[in-house]
Amino acid sequence: MEVALNWYLALGAVLFSIGTLGVLFKRNAIVVLMSVELMLNAVNLTLVAFSQSMGDPDGQLLVFFSIAVAAAEAAVGLAIVIAIFRSKVTVDINEINLFKH
Amino acid sequence: MFFLLATLAVAAAVGMLVSRSPVASALWLVLNLFCVAGLYLTLNASFIGVIQILVYAGAIMVLFLFVIMLLNLSALPQLEDIQWTQVAAFAVGVVILAQLLYVTALGLDVPIEPVSAETAAEVGDARLLGKELFTRYALHVEVAAILLLAATVGAVMLAQRRFD
Repeated sequence: MEVALNWYLALGAVLFSIGTLGVLFKRNAIVVLMSVELMLNAVNLTLVAFSQSMGDPDGQLLVFFSIAVAAAEAAVGLAIVIAIFRSKVTVDINEINLFKH
Repeated sequence: MFFLLATLAVAAAVGMLVSRSPVASALWLVLNLFCVAGLYLTLNASFIGVIQILVYAGAIMVLFLFVIMLLNLSALPQLEDIQWTQVAAFAVGVVILAQLLYVTALGLDVPIEPVSAETAAEVGDARLLGKELFTRYALHVEVAAILLLAATVGAVMLAQRRFD
Protein backbone atom coordinates (compact mmCIF):
# COMPACT_ATOMS: atom_id res chain seq x y z
CA MET A 1 0.00 0.00 0.00
CA GLU A 2 1.44 3.35 -1.04
CA VAL A 3 -0.26 5.50 1.61
CA ALA A 4 -0.47 4.76 5.32
CA LEU A 5 -3.67 3.22 6.65
CA ASN A 6 -4.32 6.22 8.91
CA TRP A 7 -4.91 8.52 5.93
CA TYR A 8 -7.72 6.27 4.70
CA LEU A 9 -9.23 6.20 8.20
CA ALA A 10 -9.03 10.00 8.43
CA LEU A 11 -10.70 10.38 5.03
CA GLY A 12 -13.43 7.97 6.15
CA ALA A 13 -13.92 10.05 9.31
CA VAL A 14 -14.20 13.30 7.33
CA LEU A 15 -16.69 11.81 4.83
CA PHE A 16 -18.74 10.29 7.66
CA SER A 17 -18.91 13.66 9.46
CA ILE A 18 -19.99 15.45 6.27
CA GLY A 19 -22.71 12.80 5.88
CA THR A 20 -23.81 13.38 9.49
CA LEU A 21 -24.00 17.12 8.87
CA GLY A 22 -26.07 16.45 5.76
CA VAL A 23 -28.52 14.27 7.71
CA LEU A 24 -28.87 16.90 10.44
CA PHE A 25 -28.91 20.03 8.24
CA LYS A 26 -30.83 19.19 5.11
CA ARG A 27 -34.60 19.57 4.96
CA ASN A 28 -35.13 17.69 1.70
CA ALA A 29 -35.88 14.04 2.58
CA ILE A 30 -34.17 12.78 -0.59
CA VAL A 31 -30.97 14.69 0.17
CA VAL A 32 -31.08 13.25 3.71
CA LEU A 33 -31.21 9.75 2.19
CA MET A 34 -28.25 10.66 -0.04
CA SER A 35 -26.32 11.79 3.04
CA VAL A 36 -27.00 8.40 4.63
CA GLU A 37 -25.51 6.79 1.52
CA LEU A 38 -22.44 9.01 1.98
CA MET A 39 -22.07 7.81 5.59
CA LEU A 40 -22.39 4.16 4.52
CA ASN A 41 -19.80 4.83 1.85
CA ALA A 42 -17.33 6.27 4.36
CA VAL A 43 -17.68 3.17 6.55
CA ASN A 44 -17.18 0.94 3.51
CA LEU A 45 -13.96 2.80 2.72
CA THR A 46 -12.70 2.18 6.26
CA LEU A 47 -13.59 -1.53 6.03
CA VAL A 48 -11.80 -1.97 2.70
CA ALA A 49 -8.72 -0.10 3.95
CA PHE A 50 -8.48 -2.38 7.01
CA SER A 51 -9.18 -5.49 4.93
CA GLN A 52 -6.46 -4.68 2.39
CA SER A 53 -3.87 -3.69 4.99
CA MET A 54 -4.42 -6.91 6.93
CA GLY A 55 -4.62 -9.13 3.85
CA ASP A 56 -7.95 -10.55 4.99
CA PRO A 57 -10.83 -10.75 2.47
CA ASP A 58 -13.59 -10.83 5.14
CA GLY A 59 -13.79 -7.02 5.34
CA GLN A 60 -14.47 -6.77 1.63
CA LEU A 61 -17.16 -9.44 1.81
CA LEU A 62 -18.79 -7.39 4.58
CA VAL A 63 -18.65 -4.37 2.25
CA PHE A 64 -20.31 -6.49 -0.44
CA PHE A 65 -23.25 -7.25 1.85
CA SER A 66 -23.31 -3.66 3.11
CA ILE A 67 -23.73 -2.44 -0.48
CA ALA A 68 -26.61 -4.92 -0.94
CA VAL A 69 -28.29 -3.60 2.22
CA ALA A 70 -27.68 0.01 1.10
CA ALA A 71 -29.42 -0.73 -2.19
CA ALA A 72 -32.42 -2.20 -0.34
CA GLU A 73 -32.47 0.77 2.05
CA ALA A 74 -32.38 3.29 -0.81
CA ALA A 75 -35.23 1.53 -2.64
CA VAL A 76 -37.50 1.35 0.42
CA GLY A 77 -36.58 4.87 1.58
CA LEU A 78 -37.38 6.41 -1.78
CA ALA A 79 -40.66 4.45 -1.95
CA ILE A 80 -41.61 5.92 1.45
CA VAL A 81 -40.70 9.42 0.21
CA ILE A 82 -42.93 8.90 -2.85
CA ALA A 83 -45.79 7.64 -0.66
CA ILE A 84 -45.50 10.66 1.65
CA PHE A 85 -45.24 13.03 -1.31
CA ARG A 86 -48.52 11.62 -2.65
CA SER A 87 -50.40 12.51 0.53
CA LYS A 88 -48.58 15.68 1.71
CA VAL A 89 -47.13 17.07 -1.60
CA THR A 90 -43.87 17.96 0.11
CA VAL A 91 -40.51 16.37 0.89
CA ASP A 92 -39.59 18.90 3.57
CA ILE A 93 -38.91 16.84 6.68
CA ASN A 94 -40.07 19.72 8.87
CA GLU A 95 -43.52 19.47 7.29
CA ILE A 96 -43.76 15.69 7.59
CA ASN A 97 -45.20 15.14 11.06
CA LEU A 98 -47.74 12.35 10.57
CA PHE A 99 -47.03 10.86 14.00
CA LYS A 100 -46.94 14.15 15.89
CA HIS A 101 -50.67 14.88 16.23
CA MET B 1 -2.91 9.68 -6.45
CA PHE B 2 -4.48 9.11 -3.01
CA PHE B 3 -4.35 12.77 -2.05
CA LEU B 4 -5.80 13.90 -5.39
CA LEU B 5 -8.75 11.50 -5.09
CA ALA B 6 -9.21 12.21 -1.37
CA THR B 7 -9.32 15.99 -1.93
CA LEU B 8 -11.77 15.54 -4.79
CA ALA B 9 -13.95 13.21 -2.66
CA VAL B 10 -14.11 15.68 0.23
CA ALA B 11 -14.78 18.57 -2.16
CA ALA B 12 -17.61 16.63 -3.80
CA ALA B 13 -19.09 15.77 -0.40
CA VAL B 14 -18.98 19.43 0.65
CA GLY B 15 -20.52 20.36 -2.70
CA MET B 16 -23.36 17.93 -1.99
CA LEU B 17 -23.85 19.53 1.42
CA VAL B 18 -23.96 23.14 0.25
CA SER B 19 -25.80 22.89 -3.08
CA ARG B 20 -29.44 23.88 -2.82
CA SER B 21 -30.91 21.95 -5.73
CA PRO B 22 -31.39 18.19 -5.10
CA VAL B 23 -30.24 17.34 -8.65
CA ALA B 24 -26.92 19.15 -8.06
CA SER B 25 -26.59 17.29 -4.73
CA ALA B 26 -27.11 13.96 -6.50
CA LEU B 27 -24.51 14.76 -9.17
CA TRP B 28 -21.97 15.82 -6.52
CA LEU B 29 -22.61 12.53 -4.73
CA VAL B 30 -21.99 10.63 -8.00
CA LEU B 31 -18.60 12.38 -8.27
CA ASN B 32 -17.86 11.45 -4.65
CA LEU B 33 -18.76 7.80 -5.27
CA PHE B 34 -16.48 7.68 -8.33
CA CYS B 35 -13.62 9.11 -6.26
CA VAL B 36 -14.15 6.48 -3.56
CA ALA B 37 -14.17 3.80 -6.28
CA GLY B 38 -10.80 5.18 -7.42
CA LEU B 39 -9.57 4.97 -3.81
CA TYR B 40 -10.60 1.29 -3.73
CA LEU B 41 -8.43 0.80 -6.82
CA THR B 42 -5.47 2.48 -5.08
CA LEU B 43 -5.99 -0.06 -2.29
CA ASN B 44 -5.80 -2.87 -4.91
CA ALA B 45 -9.43 -3.79 -4.13
CA SER B 46 -10.46 -4.10 -7.77
CA PHE B 47 -13.64 -6.13 -7.22
CA ILE B 48 -15.16 -3.73 -4.69
CA GLY B 49 -14.14 -0.78 -6.87
CA VAL B 50 -16.04 -2.16 -9.86
CA ILE B 51 -19.05 -3.09 -7.68
CA GLN B 52 -19.02 0.45 -6.27
CA ILE B 53 -19.30 1.99 -9.75
CA LEU B 54 -21.88 -0.54 -10.98
CA VAL B 55 -24.19 -0.60 -7.96
CA TYR B 56 -23.71 2.74 -6.20
CA ALA B 57 -22.83 5.21 -8.95
CA GLY B 58 -24.89 3.28 -11.48
CA ALA B 59 -28.02 1.75 -10.01
CA ILE B 60 -28.63 3.59 -6.71
CA MET B 61 -27.88 7.09 -7.98
CA VAL B 62 -30.00 6.54 -11.10
CA LEU B 63 -32.83 5.55 -8.74
CA PHE B 64 -32.33 8.78 -6.76
CA LEU B 65 -32.27 10.93 -9.91
CA PHE B 66 -35.38 9.18 -11.24
CA VAL B 67 -37.30 9.93 -8.03
CA ILE B 68 -36.13 13.56 -8.06
CA MET B 69 -37.34 13.91 -11.65
CA LEU B 70 -40.56 12.03 -10.93
CA LEU B 71 -41.48 14.31 -8.02
CA ASN B 72 -40.37 17.37 -10.04
CA LEU B 73 -38.54 18.82 -7.06
CA SER B 74 -37.01 22.24 -6.94
CA ALA B 75 -34.92 23.72 -4.16
CA LEU B 76 -36.80 24.28 -0.93
CA PRO B 77 -37.21 27.92 0.11
CA GLN B 78 -34.42 29.26 2.28
CA LEU B 79 -35.17 29.70 5.96
CA GLU B 80 -34.92 33.32 7.02
CA ASP B 81 -33.02 32.97 10.25
CA ILE B 82 -30.60 30.46 11.68
CA GLN B 83 -32.43 28.25 14.14
CA TRP B 84 -30.96 26.80 17.28
CA THR B 85 -31.41 23.28 15.89
CA GLN B 86 -29.01 24.15 13.06
CA VAL B 87 -26.40 25.40 15.53
CA ALA B 88 -26.83 22.20 17.55
CA ALA B 89 -26.54 20.11 14.37
CA PHE B 90 -23.31 21.85 13.42
CA ALA B 91 -21.90 21.31 16.92
CA VAL B 92 -22.80 17.60 16.82
CA GLY B 93 -21.11 17.20 13.44
CA VAL B 94 -17.92 18.93 14.60
CA VAL B 95 -17.81 16.86 17.80
CA ILE B 96 -18.20 13.59 15.84
CA LEU B 97 -15.43 14.64 13.44
CA ALA B 98 -13.15 15.59 16.33
CA GLN B 99 -13.76 12.26 18.07
CA LEU B 100 -13.11 10.19 14.96
CA LEU B 101 -9.94 12.10 14.05
CA TYR B 102 -8.71 11.88 17.66
CA VAL B 103 -9.10 8.11 17.66
CA THR B 104 -7.35 7.92 14.29
CA ALA B 105 -4.50 10.14 15.46
CA LEU B 106 -4.02 8.07 18.63
CA GLY B 107 -2.81 5.26 16.43
CA LEU B 108 -3.88 1.68 16.75
CA ASP B 109 -2.56 -0.56 19.46
CA VAL B 110 -3.62 -3.57 17.41
CA PRO B 111 -0.49 -4.78 15.67
CA ILE B 112 -1.13 -4.83 11.93
CA GLU B 113 1.65 -6.16 9.76
CA PRO B 114 1.29 -4.47 6.39
CA VAL B 115 1.03 -7.07 3.67
CA SER B 116 2.81 -6.80 0.35
CA ALA B 117 1.13 -5.29 -2.70
CA GLU B 118 0.97 -8.73 -4.36
CA THR B 119 -0.94 -10.22 -1.43
CA ALA B 120 -3.24 -7.19 -1.33
CA ALA B 121 -3.99 -7.50 -5.06
CA GLU B 122 -4.69 -11.21 -4.55
CA VAL B 123 -7.05 -10.49 -1.63
CA GLY B 124 -8.93 -7.82 -3.61
CA ASP B 125 -9.30 -10.05 -6.66
CA ALA B 126 -12.75 -11.23 -7.73
CA ARG B 127 -11.58 -14.86 -7.89
CA LEU B 128 -10.77 -15.19 -4.19
CA LEU B 129 -13.76 -13.10 -3.06
CA GLY B 130 -16.12 -15.11 -5.27
CA LYS B 131 -14.78 -18.37 -3.90
CA GLU B 132 -15.31 -17.17 -0.33
CA LEU B 133 -18.79 -15.85 -1.14
CA PHE B 134 -20.05 -19.13 -2.53
CA THR B 135 -18.45 -21.46 0.01
CA ARG B 136 -18.15 -19.98 3.51
CA TYR B 137 -20.70 -17.23 2.96
CA ALA B 138 -23.22 -19.09 0.79
CA LEU B 139 -25.97 -18.80 3.41
CA HIS B 140 -25.33 -15.05 3.75
CA VAL B 141 -25.67 -14.63 0.00
CA GLU B 142 -29.05 -16.40 0.13
CA VAL B 143 -30.19 -14.14 2.99
CA ALA B 144 -29.05 -11.04 1.05
CA ALA B 145 -31.01 -12.28 -1.96
CA ILE B 146 -34.18 -12.68 0.14
CA LEU B 147 -33.59 -9.22 1.65
CA LEU B 148 -33.31 -7.64 -1.80
CA LEU B 149 -36.46 -9.46 -2.98
CA ALA B 150 -38.37 -8.29 0.11
CA ALA B 151 -37.11 -4.73 -0.41
CA THR B 152 -38.19 -4.79 -4.06
CA VAL B 153 -41.68 -6.05 -3.23
CA GLY B 154 -41.96 -3.60 -0.32
CA ALA B 155 -40.83 -0.65 -2.44
CA VAL B 156 -43.37 -1.45 -5.15
CA MET B 157 -46.16 -1.84 -2.57
CA LEU B 158 -45.25 1.39 -0.76
CA ALA B 159 -44.98 3.45 -3.93
CA GLN B 160 -48.30 2.12 -5.23
CA ARG B 161 -50.63 2.44 -2.31
CA ARG B 162 -52.40 5.68 -1.52
CA PHE B 163 -52.66 6.78 2.07
CA ASP B 164 -56.29 7.68 2.75
